[in-house]
Amino acid sequence: MRYLWFLLLLLPWVLSPFPYYLTLLNFFALSAMVALSLYVLTGLAGMTSFAQAAFMGMGAYATALVTLKLGLSPWLGLLAGLGSAFLLALLLGGLTVRLKGHFLPLSTIAWQVALYILAGNLVGLTGGHTGLTDLPPLGLFGIPLDTGLRYAFLTLFLLALLILALYNLRHSRIGRALLALRGDALAAASFGVDPAALRLKAFLLSGTIAGLAGFLYAHFLRFVNPTPFSLEASIKYLVMAVAGGVGSIPGVLLGAAFFTGLEDWLKDLLPLFLGRQGNYETIGYGLILALILILAPKGLWPLVERYLPSRDPGLPQGEPLSLRSPDGPRGEVVLEARGLQKSFGGLLAVAGVSFSLKRGEILALIGPNGAGKSTTFNLVAGALLPDRGQVYLFGQEITGLPPHRIHALGLGRTFQHPHLFPELTVLENAALGTHSRTRAGFFQALLGLSRKEEEQALATAYRALVRVGLESLALEKAERLSVGQQRLLEIARVLASGAEVLLLDEPGAGLRAQEKRELASLLRSLVREGYTVLIVDHDMDLIMGLADRVVVMNYGEKIAEGSPKEVQRNPLVRAAYLGEEEVA
Amino acid sequence: MDATILSFLLLDGLQNGVVYGLLALSLVLVFAVTRVILVPIGELLMFAPLSLVWLLEGKLPGTLWLALALGGAWALMDRGRGALLPLLGGVGLFLLFLVAQGRPFLAHGAAVLLVVYLGVATYRVFFQPMRGATVLSLLIMAVGLHVAYQGLGLVFFGPEQFRPAPLLSGEVMVGLSWQGVLVLLFAALSLAGLYLFFRFSLFGKALLAAAENRLGARLSGIRPEEAGMVAFGIASLLAALSGLLLAPLINAAYFMGFMLGLKGFVAAILGGLASYPVAFLGALLVGLFESFTSFYASAYKEALVFLLLVPALFYQSLRARTVEE
Repeated sequence: MRYLWFLLLLLPWVLSPFPYYLTLLNFFALSAMVALSLYVLTGLAGMTSFAQAAFMGMGAYATALVTLKLGLSPWLGLLAGLGSAFLLALLLGGLTVRLKGHFLPLSTIAWQVALYILAGNLVGLTGGHTGLTDLPPLGLFGIPLDTGLRYAFLTLFLLALLILALYNLRHSRIGRALLALRGDALAAASFGVDPAALRLKAFLLSGTIAGLAGFLYAHFLRFVNPTPFSLEASIKYLVMAVAGGVGSIPGVLLGAAFFTGLEDWLKDLLPLFLGRQGNYETIGYGLILALILILAPKGLWPLVERYLPSRDPGLPQGEPLSLRSPDGPRGEVVLEARGLQKSFGGLLAVAGVSFSLKRGEILALIGPNGAGKSTTFNLVAGALLPDRGQVYLFGQEITGLPPHRIHALGLGRTFQHPHLFPELTVLENAALGTHSRTRAGFFQALLGLSRKEEEQALATAYRALVRVGLESLALEKAERLSVGQQRLLEIARVLASGAEVLLLDEPGAGLRAQEKRELASLLRSLVREGYTVLIVDHDMDLIMGLADRVVVMNYGEKIAEGSPKEVQRNPLVRAAYLGEEEVA
Repeated sequence: MDATILSFLLLDGLQNGVVYGLLALSLVLVFAVTRVILVPIGELLMFAPLSLVWLLEGKLPGTLWLALALGGAWALMDRGRGALLPLLGGVGLFLLFLVAQGRPFLAHGAAVLLVVYLGVATYRVFFQPMRGATVLSLLIMAVGLHVAYQGLGLVFFGPEQFRPAPLLSGEVMVGLSWQGVLVLLFAALSLAGLYLFFRFSLFGKALLAAAENRLGARLSGIRPEEAGMVAFGIASLLAALSGLLLAPLINAAYFMGFMLGLKGFVAAILGGLASYPVAFLGALLVGLFESFTSFYASAYKEALVFLLLVPALFYQSLRARTVEE
């Protein structure tokens, strides 16, 4: 299916009698590349950039300088172009990927404007607004690519390769991790995804793709000046991607094709209509963008896709990953909290709580609302930083480590409100769990070298779905699950990760009585296999029938610990729950 | 550099800095209340003096038709009783423009009201239907509106630069015109006004509450749409007044608003898009930095301002931890 895009290479032949359309075809291919760079950034990683044209400019000016001023081969210009786009992305991304989502796009606007001004004013280097002329043509196998026809073969071939690579990326662990990060950074981090590092890599890839488009642009026109690398151009590419549908590759290509045609038409039409020359097409871009954002926020492609036959990817066939099954002497301490303390402003949410979790048991952390259970849970899982106290996992201190590092050591968690990715299938949701057990990086994913590992990951996820009884829903979108099924899917995701210590945050909330019984028997059988469970809940019936030991919290302090029977008799616990005063 | 040049640069930087500061405050306010990063604030700023120029020449500016068109869309979207505000406002605005042609006093007021009406209508028509969208989608919308409004500005006013007559002419001393004093006074008054509004008026407090916690504000009876409109209204008002006061000092043209707005952003980012005082101080720093770089490297002054972002972002990056939920 994805190889069908190479049929694009037929277009130059079809259009060869019309040089004008060949030029347009080349512009389409270049725009499509830049729009695809935004697919990586916005569609997959959920960030955006208003500086894609600046990255193009880096690629274009680098090759112009290498070929004209140094007189070297354009292929060295390509290296310089990709390298300088990469470095710019590294600088911009490195400064902003750790910050909230809007800092990156805002800074890209600023850098885009600044670079444009520099390109126009560093006359000695860039030729100012007149630019640099007479770039050498590219040549392949001794054939100069100096006509629109020949060049179109090159640009469309590279475009088809890029499409193929990005399909590979999307259907890899990296693609899944990026989508997870876009949907819910905390959930992604809880399964071993390092948010800042992955965002930075996506930004680097995106910038480099735009740099490649810039290189091709320069050698196509054989002339560079600042105009095509302005903020308006960057916005044009973003409009293309968003209008077509930035969440899918065909959508982005549709947008690029549509706008390449539209731009041409608007440039002719608007001056006639308005009676004078100017950059009027920007009005059209802005208004079309506004209309699409309001009327079809996912772009035009989903409207088209509805009428296309959809292909069922089928269930995974491969062998599961070889995960270490939990082992070790029962009763050894696997997780220990010592004197945890956390306050929010003046409120002391957790005041010196200690407990230990032993292999093969179900320990429940209970307490009235506001007792500090969930805060304690988040301190242990690394989602919050304790003010005081330490956490040990398998004897190793994990206090202050970010969630993705803690997960890698063998701790998996679920969420009080399920953190799933509604637009992904149940299988893909579970497969996120395998992230830290698989290795393929960006390059392997792009080149399609990680298929075997990916099959194993999906098979592992499928096996985890079988374990919790969701296998019949594997290919459904997760948004269609009931609350009970969502909670089971979260457990399946943890099982697929190979974690031995399971932290479950209110797994019984919102479940019907029958579902609760099934959950309880699932957890009991997991514990028999050697998993260890820490569970936070208010549901007394569930906890008392399930837990081996109970820790009771109230007002941020541990008030009791023991078997369910013991704590039920404890007067402090009764006071906390029933409000009996003066029990002493 | 001698003392004259130094004081000249200082005053110049201060004068521009306070305008960036008011823009930065507007941006932080709008962002806090609506999560919209108001990129088109520069266009709103420029529309005020350019509309004024047109009115003084006895012509109706194209911005009037834009405002009325958006007001019409607003009325259609609200229908029923909600449509009264845009309809009455639109009719009133139109009548005011008819009367104000060639009358400087009325024309100033008309230009300001136009921009406020346009700003509020922009929120109602474009941003309110996107409630619940991500900050990213809202930002893309804002950038789309920026290019659309800038393009329309070119259609309405052409590429020429205009210098409307100052409200006060003459100089206090070398390098400081009376108009410049007016800018500084206006900034001081605006700061005091904003402080009083947010500190003492119920509506101001409601607005801050809505910025702090939208759900909580909603539960206590503050409608987020209303809060959003007021935030846009205040931002547009400050932008329009700044534009009118600044235009006689710089040359107003359709494309100039964006750079002013962008410097407001730099300042707002220095304050982490959250702190009002830091954003304002950041704006003064931007103004002074720009004024000194323009002395040493004038061709690059617009680019060098953005260098200020590097240490600010770096510092905030170091402080940022773990994962936002």
